[in-house]
Amino acid sequence: MKLWHLLPLAAVLGLMVLLGLGLQLDPRVVPSPLIGKPMPDFSLPTLEGRPALLSAHDLRGRPLLVNFWASWCAGCKVEHPFLMELSRSVEIVGFNYKDAPSAAKDWLAQGGNPYRVSALDALGQAGLDWGVYGVPETFVLDSGGVIVYKQIGPMTPEAWQTIKGLLQ
Amino acid sequence: MSVLSRRLCFGFLLFVHATIAVALSEPQEARYQAWINQLRCLVCQNQTIADSNAPLAADLREQVRSQIEAGRSDDEIRSYVTARYGDFVLYNPPLKSSTGMLWIAPFVLLVLALGFVLRRLLRRSSSS
Repeated sequence: MKLWHLLPLAAVLGLMVLLGLGLQLDPRVVPSPLIGKPMPDFSLPTLEGRPALLSAHDLRGRPLLVNFWASWCAGCKVEHPFLMELSRSVEIVGFNYKDAPSAAKDWLAQGGNPYRVSALDALGQAGLDWGVYGVPETFVLDSGGVIVYKQIGPMTPEAWQTIKGLLQ
Repeated sequence: MSVLSRRLCFGFLLFVHATIAVALSEPQEARYQAWINQLRCLVCQNQTIADSNAPLAADLREQVRSQIEAGRSDDEIRSYVTARYGDFVLYNPPLKSSTGMLWIAPFVLLVLALGFVLRRLLRRSSSS
């Protein structure tokens, strides 16, 4: 048998390895083109009413997390205890996405409020500009207001290990 | 007309404008249909935003519609969506280094397969 005859077998094995690797990927996680770019401009009212308007300018000057959340979002319930814990060591700004302010307030009153402030993105316009396609999503901003990381889905202790390194 | 009725009239016009989306002209409608049929819905990834009922798909359709209404070019609309969601939203992705494999692999496979078949045929005809 010539070595040449093993070529199809090698090709099939190679393909199986590639497909196997492909299966490990999560197709729901789409890399954001916003990584390494300044956060999009926005100006939104807040859930607390103080300050009346929150804009990109207010989020510059220190590293922080921007978390898109909603009271109707199941994944947000999952990450909420961990966000409460994180809020003791890092500033978290909420974007209340396509939610009713009263429902959002109730939700925070029940489970606690990890956010310094929550912007009201009732129509999802900021969500579009930030490339959000499913809540919860968490953006990591450096002190210059540049997006350095995006967590799609609930924030986890594993993801936080990666992010902690980026914030230093 | 009194000031009050003029205000009422103005308010009514605003209301009409806000509730009824102004119909697109025929070429605009054609562009709109073409666009929403080539943008991927990121919530239900194997559907276009034309097919999907997801709220995000509705938002994106509305964006495309208002941008076409505002006279934006296809390039402007393309850069609007890819700046936010990346090339992944395009069902017809551009040819660049990150998508090279996607575009070239089928042709490479075709050439390999043709080479294989050709070799076989040549060998058969030479042995007979």
